[in-house]
Amino acid sequence: MRAVLSVSGVSMDFGGLRALDSVDMEVREGEIVALIGPNGAGKTTFFNCITGIYAPTEGEVFVSPPGRDRINIRHRKPNQVTGLGLARTFQNIRLFPSMTALENVMIGRHCRTRAGLLGAIVRGPVTRREEKGIVERAYSLLVKVGLGRWANEVARNMPYGAQRRLEIARALATDPFLLLLDEPAAGMNPQETQDLKALVTRLRKEFELSILLIEHDMKMVMSVSDRVVVVEYGKKIAEGTPAEVSADPQVIKAYLGEESDA
Amino acid sequence: MRELSRGLLASLWMVVLTAPLLVVRVNTTDKVVTWRWGNMLWMAIGSLLLFLAWRWAMARRGGDVQAADQDSWFDKLLARIGQGPLRLPVILGLVLVALVLPLFVSMYEMDIYARALIYVGLGLGLNIVVGMAGLLNLGYAAFFAVGSYTYALLNHHYALDFWLALPLGGLFAALFGVILALPVLRLRGDYLAIVTLGFGEIVRLVLQNWDSFSFGPSGIANIARPTLFGREFGVQDSAIFIYYIALALVAVVIFVTKRFQDSRVGRALLALREDEIACEAMGIDKTGVKVMAFALGASFAGVFGVVFAAKQAFINPDSFTFIESAMILSIVVLGGMGSIVGVAIAAIILQLMPEYFRFMADYRMLIFGAALVLMMLFRPEGLVRAKREHYTVKDLSPQTEDK
Repeated sequence: MRAVLSVSGVSMDFGGLRALDSVDMEVREGEIVALIGPNGAGKTTFFNCITGIYAPTEGEVFVSPPGRDRINIRHRKPNQVTGLGLARTFQNIRLFPSMTALENVMIGRHCRTRAGLLGAIVRGPVTRREEKGIVERAYSLLVKVGLGRWANEVARNMPYGAQRRLEIARALATDPFLLLLDEPAAGMNPQETQDLKALVTRLRKEFELSILLIEHDMKMVMSVSDRVVVVEYGKKIAEGTPAEVSADPQVIKAYLGEESDA
Repeated sequence: MRELSRGLLASLWMVVLTAPLLVVRVNTTDKVVTWRWGNMLWMAIGSLLLFLAWRWAMARRGGDVQAADQDSWFDKLLARIGQGPLRLPVILGLVLVALVLPLFVSMYEMDIYARALIYVGLGLGLNIVVGMAGLLNLGYAAFFAVGSYTYALLNHHYALDFWLALPLGGLFAALFGVILALPVLRLRGDYLAIVTLGFGEIVRLVLQNWDSFSFGPSGIANIARPTLFGREFGVQDSAIFIYYIALALVAVVIFVTKRFQDSRVGRALLALREDEIACEAMGIDKTGVKVMAFALGASFAGVFGVVFAAKQAFINPDSFTFIESAMILSIVVLGGMGSIVGVAIAAIILQLMPEYFRFMADYRMLIFGAALVLMMLFRPEGLVRAKREHYTVKDLSPQTEDK
């Protein structure tokens, strides 16, 4: 299995605080990897380092888009990283609240379409075809995540669970090969979490995705992921299959709490 | 009753405050003090009435706080015209009125209307930058100046034709827009406003002081009027011709703005205003999109700058002061940020009012200020609330929902 994302020795300092301390990890093609750890362990910081929102203080981040050599993305801007095929969702939902669900997903198509100023003004056949393609693609993605009937609703007015899924649809619109989900199940009830789990597994198959997700819901983490990486205080403390990790005494001490949970 | 006593208190306070200025008059040469008690009475009555009117208006507004989001009769009227079958007739009617206008008005008025149209164009240009992109630009007049001087200088040195200068003016202004935008767009909000303010002043001061280039404060005179396929017009016909040129350009600008709004870039701009981080994560090059908006807005100013230079036949740096930028910004804010119709209405009102109310010219700034304050209190979204057509899926059931 080839690694689509490989991170080596990434550290991130905020002033005197070391939020990440030389973290190494890998996501292989078609894998679902879960990144877990107590609150404040540096999981979201790690996401931000990969996606270019932060520039890591040290270390390298490599991605290997399908059919291309691996590329160091340490100094790339977020939009360039997305252009390479990494798409993410946010822990605290970041939709465009006054735009409709459809329009939100359409924005995701931005980096895969071309029409510029001239195209916008002239609106020739190429531009019109492109626009039509954007709308069709956006709608089909909405249907795929089960939001078809919300298409014309303003994002602000959608129920919480639907907003979470809309974020996923929007991320998918950028044609990613690696999807980064930041706590997709946060604030969901058990039923919604179940649905989400099914959605994630299905999307992986359908879009041939690799997925890296941050999650606190242990049931979801254990059942959905192929591998689990555990961080605490910015350091990686364990890595392995869900079974291995949940048996690891260090992890139990740091995070899972009770020994009987293993 | 409580309102009344508070009003009395307020008017008493006003009387005390204004007494030294309005009541006591000391004649220093005769060493006589005159007491004008009448003024005090008028002050008291006036301020009491104003206070009560104010409280009443506030109470009316406060009663329906939620109503700020609701449509007033004015919004409903606009919506009815804008969406119903009346839309086309109304637009055609307005165009017709604009087309036949020169038959009925004097040359002097023609000049005023042409200027109003130029301001419509400027307002629409700034509307793209401020209203759509949300970038506060306080130096917009600089781009207007770039356009004007492009034509004036090229015409002076090389006798360049108006029609060639028109796109060139737009191009140069857009170029200036890009040059300014690239370093400046890292800044946001207040900082951006201050830098653009500085830029506007720099452009004006350069034009003012670089004598060998721009002829300094004495400006450039005898700028050629536009010709039609080589035909030249007399002064009177020229005014009408320029009016038609401005009218056509306004139509073009409205068309471009509308197209831009409903395009991939326009959409990105809208999203950018809502959440920049999410936009970047969605692969939008935020600098690129903003620069594009900035340049497009600037190019409008450049084009209308050329028209302005041709209309005036004389320009100097005094036409491009900060007041000019502020005026254009007021047009955008009063008209309603992001609303094409609103900006057009506001530009026409703000340009024509001072002409038709010349007898009140002394109070012009006072009324303008009061209108701005009242507007921001009672209708902060501007004359016409910007409404956007959402992209919608017409048929919601071509594909079955798989969940």
